[in-house]
Order: sequence, then structure tokens, then C-alpha cells
Amino acid sequence: MGDTEPLVRWDWIGRNWPGIQQLLTDHIVMALVPVVLGLVIALPLGLASARWRVLYQPTVGLMNVVYSLPSLAVFIVLIPITGLAERTTVIIPLTFYSLAVLIPAVVDGLGAVPDSVRQSAVAMGFGPMRRLLQVDLPIAVPVVLAGLRVATVSSISLVSVGALIGRGGLGYLFIDGWQRQFYTPIVVGIVLVVALAVLADGLIVLAQRLLTPWARARRTA
Amino acid sequence: MITFEGVTKRYGDGTVAVDNLSLQVPTGAITVFVGPSGCGKTTSLRMINRMIDATEGRILLDDQDIREIDPPTLRRGIGYVIQQAGLFPHRKIVDNVATVPYLLGWDKKKARARAMELLERVGLDTKLAGRYPFQLSGGQQQRVGVARALAADPPVLLMDEPFSAVDPVVRASLQDELLRLQAELHKTIVFVTHDIDEAIKLGDTVAVMRVGGHLAQIAAPATLLAEPADAFVEGFLGKDRGIRRLSFVPASGLAVSTERGVPGWSVALDENERPIGWRRDGADGLQPFGTFDLKKDSLRTALDAALLAPPGSAIAVDGDGRFAGVVTREALDEALRRAGQVPGDG
Repeated sequence: MGDTEPLVRWDWIGRNWPGIQQLLTDHIVMALVPVVLGLVIALPLGLASARWRVLYQPTVGLMNVVYSLPSLAVFIVLIPITGLAERTTVIIPLTFYSLAVLIPAVVDGLGAVPDSVRQSAVAMGFGPMRRLLQVDLPIAVPVVLAGLRVATVSSISLVSVGALIGRGGLGYLFIDGWQRQFYTPIVVGIVLVVALAVLADGLIVLAQRLLTPWARARRTA
Repeated sequence: MITFEGVTKRYGDGTVAVDNLSLQVPTGAITVFVGPSGCGKTTSLRMINRMIDATEGRILLDDQDIREIDPPTLRRGIGYVIQQAGLFPHRKIVDNVATVPYLLGWDKKKARARAMELLERVGLDTKLAGRYPFQLSGGQQQRVGVARALAADPPVLLMDEPFSAVDPVVRASLQDELLRLQAELHKTIVFVTHDIDEAIKLGDTVAVMRVGGHLAQIAAPATLLAEPADAFVEGFLGKDRGIRRLSFVPASGLAVSTERGVPGWSVALDENERPIGWRRDGADGLQPFGTFDLKKDSLRTALDAALLAPPGSAIAVDGDGRFAGVVTREALDEALRRAGQVPGDG
């Protein structure tokens, strides 16, 4: 890499755009599928933990242990089962990471339902299921979405690690740039990952504003 | 009518919250459960809509044992107002009020129309209907809570310390509002409070409870003030029982002199015949005065009006505030003597 090498070679980007787009799509899928799966799994587990408090500490403890596992180690364990350079191999550990964030978010969200609200719901004659769907869950939404923001942004960032097993979405650009001592792919990769994270975060915030206009007081407080 | 028959609530650890409670809550009147914390008043209230189930004894709602009714069905037929209002933060005011109608499967339009009608009824601007609870003051939220409890027009209303979280001025106006509503609606209301003054102001019947879930006394407020059953009730009622009891003696029994004065003093009136002060014979300037409404006020207000004025006499006025007569000290003395003799019989 000579002194005259510029930080970004625009012509390289132009020539490789179709490939970059493919990596971007792959990245989005591998980042978002774990978050969606995580949310789908975290809801029942979180509900159960909120209902039977004894389950809460073991569940969160287990999730934290999972969270502490190095992703590379998990990849190595999974490769014989799900295959090298496969999306599934990346999606599985990322789903667990999402769960570690989302389960406490669901439990905290349900915990944010004021006691007087819960009691008045019972006293008005809500049955358990109806109360959950029409009172508890809607009130938990702001806290759950706050967790979802963290889970989404970290998932987008973490996908890159998959490049080590040949499936890292935009992470490929980092390996490629590093191996060739060529800055452009690295810069493109960073810019796109950050842009993706900011965009996803912004969309969730927007959804939050639209879904929970009633929570403005709590947000500004 | 709600009847408690030997109702006991005992928890797993042996704590007795309510001990062998037997009493009747009459239809169309306000019954207040009052007592210090730990006396079981809230537990008793919550047993009525089965938020808590009694361990022993039974509760009858118009002769039907409430255990025979499925809890959600029972609760939809009983209005409930809770201390912090407990409004649903994610629902607009109109939908909060329409909660029970929605649960009962009313058509949305009809439920909302009913909610708007109730907002007006509890003295709220219908412009608030589209707001969320956090945009309302504590007093407004509590009014919404009352509207919500009334939405499906339940015959019974349970109120669990509904006004204790708001400031005294707002509390007084909410209490007046409740009395005004009750005069129109005639609900069977069970009201829980730890504030004896609130109990005396609102209750047609007051049940005083003591720690351990015992009923100490149940009586009309005037009777309670005149004849507390024991030292606990007397202590709980506090000072000035004699004076406070005069609130329940109507002033209409007073002997009113239609002369515009008493010896040495005359009542000065403005051009609308409304009193503006006492004038001492042969002196200029006006002295302080007090008035009471002959038809609406109590003996206590009349006495207060007399105590405020240098001549020691009270000025009676009609509903429009016009001079109606003078009550002399002697007439007051006579009324006070009568009031002291037979409790609750002014």
C-alpha cells in the first residue's frame, strides 16, 4: 500500500457494486432473522418468567452464559451440523445473543405495568388472556422496543464475525481489504454497517412513536 | 343489598385480615368502611367482587352467593374505582371510560357515545376524550376513573380510597361531585377510606373497623359521633365530636325572627336585600357578619355564622342570599340543647 493510495477508490466501488449489494442483502437477512426469531421466542419465555418469578433468574443466567460464549467457538461447534459458510451457522448464535437482550426486556416491560392498572383491569372484568393481550403487552411495548433497538444494532454489527467462517455479509469486505492491504472495501463495509444500524434503529424509533403515542411522557421524563 | 355473613379472610401464614364480619350494605346508599391501615377494610371491599375470596362465611349480592358467579361476569356488573385511578395509559380517555361496555361486547359507536355522556356527567370537558391519561391532572384522572366505573351503569360501585392521592382542595371537590352524582344515580356504593372526616361527609352508613379485621361499630354518622361504641371508636373519631355532629342537624328547625336586628344592633342590606354587615345603634361603619341558608345549611353553619358576628347572632338568608331573618343567641341555645338530647334527631 503506497503513500499515494487514496482512502477510497470510487472506481472500485462502481465495478464491484453488484457484489456489494449481494453482501448487503445477505448481511440484512443474517442480522434481522435472529432478532425476529429472538423476539418470537423471548415473548413466551419472558411472559413465563414474569408470571413465575422463580424462572426469571435461571433464564437470564443461562442467557448470559450463552452470551458470554465466543461466537467463533459456537461456529466451530455448529459447522459439522449446519455447515461451513452457511447462513444458519451464523443465525443460530446471533439468535441466542438477541434472546439474552430481549427476555429481560419483555420481563421488565411487563414489570412496568403499574399495579393500579393491573388491578383495575382485573376489577373491570378482564379475563387473564384478554388482560395480557389488551393491557399488559401494549403497556410493555416501549420497554420491549428499547430492548429491540439494542438487539438489532448489535446483531447488525455481529454478523461481520461470520466472515471468519466464510459467511459474514459485509464482513467479507473487511477480510478482503485486510488481506489485500486495500482500504476501500474496509471503508465501504464500515459505512454500510453503520448506515444499516442507524437506519434500523431509526425505523424502530419511528415505529415506537407511531405505536405508542401515549408513552411520550415517559420518554421525555 | 350486599350482605356479609360471618366473613373471614385468613392467609396461608395464619394472618387474619378480616375476622367474622357480618354487616349489611343497604341498596342505593353510601356505606363507608373506615379504619386504620391493617383493619381489613380494603380486603373486605375486594371480597365483594372476588378480587379476594373469603376463607369462611359468605357474601350475598341481592340474595345470590357471589361464589356462584364467574369472577369476570361478576366484576363487569360492579363498578370499581381505585386509588391511583388506574387508567390504562395506552388508551384514550374515551376508550378508558368505555372499557366495560367493550368487554360486554357493546357496539363501538354506542360504547363511545355512552363514554362521552359519562365524561359530561362527572364534570369533564368532552374535549379531553381524545387525550391520553398522562395529559390529565390527578383530579381529572380520578373523575375519569369514576366515569369508567359507571360506564355500564352497574347498580353497585366499589371505591377503594379513590380520593386519597389528590390534594385537599381537589379532594373536597371530588367528594362534592360524588354526592351530587349519587343524588341522581342512587347507586349502592361501598367506599373505603382511612379518613374519618371523609367517611362522615360521604357515608349514609359508616362501618368503623379496627386492626385485625374486626367491625367496631356500624351506624349513621350522626349516631357514631353522638354515641361511639367504645374507646377505640371514640379515639378514632377524634376531637370536637359535639360540634361536628351539628353538621347533621338541619338549620331549618331554628326559630327565626324576621326583624332586621337584635337589641342594640341592626342588619345592613344592599340594594338586593343581601346582608352586608351588622351596624351598632348610633355608630357608623359595619361589623363582620355570618349567614346561613335556612333551607340547606346545618346547625353547625348557623352556629358558625353567629360566632363570627359581634352581636352573637346569625343572619338567615334564602337560596338567593337575600335576608330571611335573624337567629338570636337564645334561639341557637335552644336548638343546641335539643340537638344534645336525642342523637340524630334534630
